[in-house]
Amino acid sequence: MAPAKPALERSGPHLREEDTLLSAPVESRSFPERAAGATRDRFLQQALTIATTRFVASRDEVFAAFPQGDALRDRARQIKEAVLQRLDHYLEQLTANVERAGGHVHFATTAEEARAIILDIARRNQVKLIVKGKSMAAEEIHLNEALEHAGMAVAETDLGEYIIQLAHERPSHIIAPAIHKTKAQIADLFARELRREVAADPEVITRLARGTLREKFLQADMGITGANFAVADTGTIVLVTNEGNGRMVTSLPRVHVALMGVEKVIPSMTDLVIFLQILARSATGQKLSSYTTLVRGPRRPTELEGPQELHLVLMDNGRVRQLAGTLREALYCLRCGACLNVCPVYRQIGGHAYGDTYPGPIGILMTAMLRGTPAVKDLAHASSLCGACAEVCPVRIDIPRMLIELREHLDREKIAPWPERLLFKACGWLLGRPALYRLAAPLARLGQAPFVRDGRIRSLPSFFGRWTRTRDLPAVAARTFGERWAALAREA
Amino acid sequence: MTSKLRVSLMVTCLGDMFYPEVGVAIVRLLRRLGVAVDFPAGQTCCGLPLFNSGYHREAREVARRTVPLFRESEHVVVPSGSCAWMVKQEYPGLLADDAGAHREAQSLAARTWELSQLLVRKLGVTRLPSRVKGRVTYHDSCHLLRGLGEAESPRTVLRNLEGVELVELPGADQCCGFGGSFAVRLPEVSTSILDKKLASVESTGAECLVACDAGCLMQMGGGLARRGSRVKAVHLAQLLEDGA
Repeated sequence: MAPAKPALERSGPHLREEDTLLSAPVESRSFPERAAGATRDRFLQQALTIATTRFVASRDEVFAAFPQGDALRDRARQIKEAVLQRLDHYLEQLTANVERAGGHVHFATTAEEARAIILDIARRNQVKLIVKGKSMAAEEIHLNEALEHAGMAVAETDLGEYIIQLAHERPSHIIAPAIHKTKAQIADLFARELRREVAADPEVITRLARGTLREKFLQADMGITGANFAVADTGTIVLVTNEGNGRMVTSLPRVHVALMGVEKVIPSMTDLVIFLQILARSATGQKLSSYTTLVRGPRRPTELEGPQELHLVLMDNGRVRQLAGTLREALYCLRCGACLNVCPVYRQIGGHAYGDTYPGPIGILMTAMLRGTPAVKDLAHASSLCGACAEVCPVRIDIPRMLIELREHLDREKIAPWPERLLFKACGWLLGRPALYRLAAPLARLGQAPFVRDGRIRSLPSFFGRWTRTRDLPAVAARTFGERWAALAREA
Repeated sequence: MTSKLRVSLMVTCLGDMFYPEVGVAIVRLLRRLGVAVDFPAGQTCCGLPLFNSGYHREAREVARRTVPLFRESEHVVVPSGSCAWMVKQEYPGLLADDAGAHREAQSLAARTWELSQLLVRKLGVTRLPSRVKGRVTYHDSCHLLRGLGEAESPRTVLRNLEGVELVELPGADQCCGFGGSFAVRLPEVSTSILDKKLASVESTGAECLVACDAGCLMQMGGGLARRGSRVKAVHLAQLLEDGA
């Protein structure tokens, strides 16, 4: 098959009808409603607190013992930027080297094209059963649904993905797809599926999954993975996993297809060493993940193992136009999930409430990238701008600043609701007029009078109730600082 | 002191309307330290709520009229880390299109201090008398900690207060859930974050929760009051007033 040339100039509208159909939210509640609902889910709260606390503590500990970490993060950021500046060059180099090693390279401009390419490979190889490694890119294009729709069976082989596949859910975290579930909930799920008693013990659960999956690995005709990196000057696809399933998916079936966003290309093996040192540390607090799988070409004539066919699908899907867009920095992302673990909002609501493939702070930027700014009208405000995400990002993406820029875009393009825009613009107008501004306090004192008890307000009607339902509000002072200054000035 | 240091107070909108006692405490404290304090007229709000919600044109106009108010000020003290961050980190960028205004904003940024920073880093004052006795704990407000990189100055002041024991707050660097309009855009999420923060505060056994930001104090103080907690949320300046 002739490899598609990277066509960087082709980046038209990327949301086709089929995408909309496949990704139509089953959920009719708005983001604020979903988020509020999540805060009331006791199991979710328990699962999130345990998992994110452990992730954060491990990350902090491993970086504290790694003084060169900061310099490596700077270096990694520079490499990512250098790649973006010559993305076409590195993709062409990658393509040439994957082909030289006997693999095939495809370029997909849209999610639809990516699905069509993979379906075509599967059909030509008369594939019946597919085993999959964990891949957010595959989630992004709703690949499983497309394959199943075409009559193929798909088995997720990462334990977390396997769990959510059994539960008919979608991942709620970039690296820990089933983070929203407690041990007990997973045991119940397995018990229901396998019709037998299952103890809420991770070891028991893992052994059960492993038994089922071993059969699938041996029977599968095709393996699909994502790619953490692709090395341009060697044509190597790199997978970082902790369960070894990535290695089985890429070596046992006849055909291996790797799907990745175009931004995942890196120049050389030397660069890979930099990224590997910070990726697992940021993601799970490990020095290295248990398995680092390097795939270079399909099985060679002298080799006994490995797939007969290897395909690499390079996907744009809204990324390339951001090379010159406001979300450019989001293309640095390594998908480590560290920003989710530290985000106070993610820690309360989990991934599903975000309502799209990528959750958490980086997920808001990715959703804007994939679906356009109007899609993040509410999500852009799902951050207190505390800055914890930027602090842990291994490539130092300034997520809070980019969220503020998205918010600016929402105002500029009049996407933000008009009452909000009117309110903020009126505030801006008032703040430029100190004489009028000084009237605000006396007016507020009149308005608040019926509600004040002991200098505090415990209940306010309508919009203000959003504050007072759970928190007291201090009353506007009997005399503002401005009103007290004249007397204070005389004290000196 | 040979020549008296002059400091202007930027009281901030929340400081003016809800916490005037904090401004008063700062004025009296600085005067006791031999500093001349003034309060330039015409102050409103630094524009941070506009800026963070994406209303940059409006925030720019606020910056454009706020900067000249402090033209004559030798130094400017701000009771909230977030407002200090706005002036120091965002004003120059907002006014980048106008060379004169930009220069003036850069000058103001360099002369602007959050209170604890002014005390410790500019005035070199670390030992101050305290208004309270007993156990206190400190919450790092996000903009002071991560925006201005300041964790030490407030702790230095608190550690050296006579009769006061500073206990570290577990997760002190985690957000309290205020986030400006975030607190009313997603009130349940904001409250859920707050609940965890307050549970942590109560685990310290402190009687005072200290912060250097009016926004955090409004959120945490409002939550503590609603719970009927015996812990009081106070601004650093309030521990220091009238101590002499």
